[in-house]
Amino acid sequence: MKTLVIAEHDNSRLATATLNAVTAAARFGGDIDVLVAGQGCDAAVAQAQSIAGVSRVLKVEAPHYAEPLAENLAVLAQRVAGEGGYRAVLVGATSFGKNLAPRVAALLDIAAVSDVVAIAAPGRYERPIYAGNVMVAVESDQPVDVLTIRTTAFDAAGSGGGATVEAIAAGPDLGLSRVLGRELSKSERPELGAAAIVVSGGRGLGNGENYHRLLDPLADTLGAALGASRAAVDAGFVPNDYQVGQTGKIVAPGLYVAVGISGAIQHLAGMKDSKVIVAINKDPDAPIFQVADYGLVADLFDAVPALTTSLSAG
Amino acid sequence: MKILVPIKRVVDYNVKVRVKSDQSGVELTGVKMSINPFDEIAVEEAVRLKEAGVATEVVAVSCGTSACQETLRSALAMGADRAILVETDAELQPLAVAKLLKAVAEREQPQMVICGKQAIDDDANQTGQMLAALMGWPQATFASKVAVGEGVVAVTREIDGGLETIELKLPAVVTADLRLNEPRYATLPNIMKAKKKPLDVVAAGELGVDVAPRLRHVRHAEPAARKGGVKVADVAELVNKLRNEAKVI
Ligand SMILES: Cc1cc2nc3c(=O)[nH]c(=O)nc-3n(C[C@H](O)[C@H](O)[C@H](O)COP(=O)(O)OP(=O)(O)OC[C@H]3O[C@@H](n4cnc5c(N)ncnc54)[C@H](O)[C@@H]3O)c2cc1C
Ligand SMILES: Nc1ncnc2c1ncn2[C@@H]1O[C@H](COP(=O)(O)O)[C@@H](O)[C@H]1O
Repeated sequence: MKTLVIAEHDNSRLATATLNAVTAAARFGGDIDVLVAGQGCDAAVAQAQSIAGVSRVLKVEAPHYAEPLAENLAVLAQRVAGEGGYRAVLVGATSFGKNLAPRVAALLDIAAVSDVVAIAAPGRYERPIYAGNVMVAVESDQPVDVLTIRTTAFDAAGSGGGATVEAIAAGPDLGLSRVLGRELSKSERPELGAAAIVVSGGRGLGNGENYHRLLDPLADTLGAALGASRAAVDAGFVPNDYQVGQTGKIVAPGLYVAVGISGAIQHLAGMKDSKVIVAINKDPDAPIFQVADYGLVADLFDAVPALTTSLSAG
Repeated sequence: MKILVPIKRVVDYNVKVRVKSDQSGVELTGVKMSINPFDEIAVEEAVRLKEAGVATEVVAVSCGTSACQETLRSALAMGADRAILVETDAELQPLAVAKLLKAVAEREQPQMVICGKQAIDDDANQTGQMLAALMGWPQATFASKVAVGEGVVAVTREIDGGLETIELKLPAVVTADLRLNEPRYATLPNIMKAKKKPLDVVAAGELGVDVAPRLRHVRHAEPAARKGGVKVADVAELVNKLRNEAKVI
């Protein structure tokens, strides 16, 4: 039995989600191949080669893989999956994976399984539905399954492996889409999806200026990533990629600090697997307190600066 | 340009769902159902494109039971011109829906399909991408801005690191994210008008596609609930607990 992991990368670096997907692939118990399609992607290939547990890296270089566009990647993955006799094709459940996997599955005439959080055996998966309020056991008798892997549910695979690299032929350039531009939020802080501590702010902060004035120092003190509720993103306090929740990022840090967030189910869906949850909210009945290990009923404008001061005092 | 908007009838987002005691699924009897929130955004975008003179017709389509007519009427009340119900009582998984939508798209020949990015019941986030694959069309998922040009559409997408703008050749599939627009409320006169707009019912069986489920959903369960925590009196107690009890800082 073999599995295929589709690598997410920017030609120079693999996304951590790919390492989580490799760990999920190892649950199948067979050889793991990683497909790296790019242009000038030697660094990403080398990194894939060193992932523990990977047998082969399939390297495909062509100008039309310089950007991770779904149309060209899907026909390539369809061919590789079809020829390779794989039991499963896995990719991280990131915006890259969610965009690509269903397209690959449909080309293979296969049902895809999204956001897999557990693999009991090949063809036996578990995933959340209804914003994580229900877990469902999914069974498949398909010859090949296409899975997106919830990154918080599988540890990142380590390094130290020594996979072989095989260059394979590129697929066609369909010419259906092209990238016009990107606006990536730059941050010196840890990546939201992988951070050990996350500080998240909601509508209670009032505006973007307050958000940064209060939460930046707290996050700096804790070495934390910053997140937000949908309401805070919609109101323009912070960019879209800060959103935690059913339709934003799923996080499960060691410590999640929710500031001025009410705790709607759509928000809880993205953070309730955190190890320790702290909530600061002035409303004692806010639903966030039902999931918080430590709840502080207080005005955040007093409590957050006091918390930052207290923590930096050591 | 004709725009097709697939809409799904789902449990309202405010409802806290319960698993049936035999674990076979989620209790749906007596539960409030609504149009999937992302599909409402998709309808709004299509209607705005029509109001801007870019689109000529907006067709809403839903696959499911006859109760979906109600959902389609709400799309008509928002400004869709007509609706199609692909009727079946069978369980439909995203691949099956994509195949039914393909059959409808082949009949209707739209220049653009605007789906929701995900249905809030199955949280699959698959159907739009699958439809695009089956049609051989380009796709732009997680759209937060749509600008139609000559034979192309530029779509700004919400991706993990921020925003990305891509250009697709038409026809294409776009899936709507939350910040694409704010859907309007249907006014009473428009709700009345919607009752008279055309709503065609097609039996799913007539479309000649294989809609059999590929996956079995064998067991539903509520996730382990978090243990209720404690309220702390002040910041000092919070810091003390985090340091000495939880040991996370
Ligand atoms: C389809 C769909 C998908 C969604 N997806 C997501 C998602 O992915 N992520 C997400 O977060 N939401 C999502 N939502 C939105 C969600 O339902 C809530 O509307 C949102 O999470 C609310 O954000 P909030 O808690 O910041 O705002 P509010 O609910 O307005 O809460 C603000 C809180 O701040 C507190 N507060 C105010 N002032 C102070 C003060 N001075 N001191 C202390 N506390 C104060 C208030 O007591 C209140 O509890 C989704 C909704 C839908 C319909
Ligand atoms: N039964 C259905 N009828 C019409 N459209 C659907 C149906 N199911 C899903 N869709 C469309 O596909 C999108 C994504 O759904 P899903 O892939 O199930 O998350 C939805 O937002 C709808 O636009």
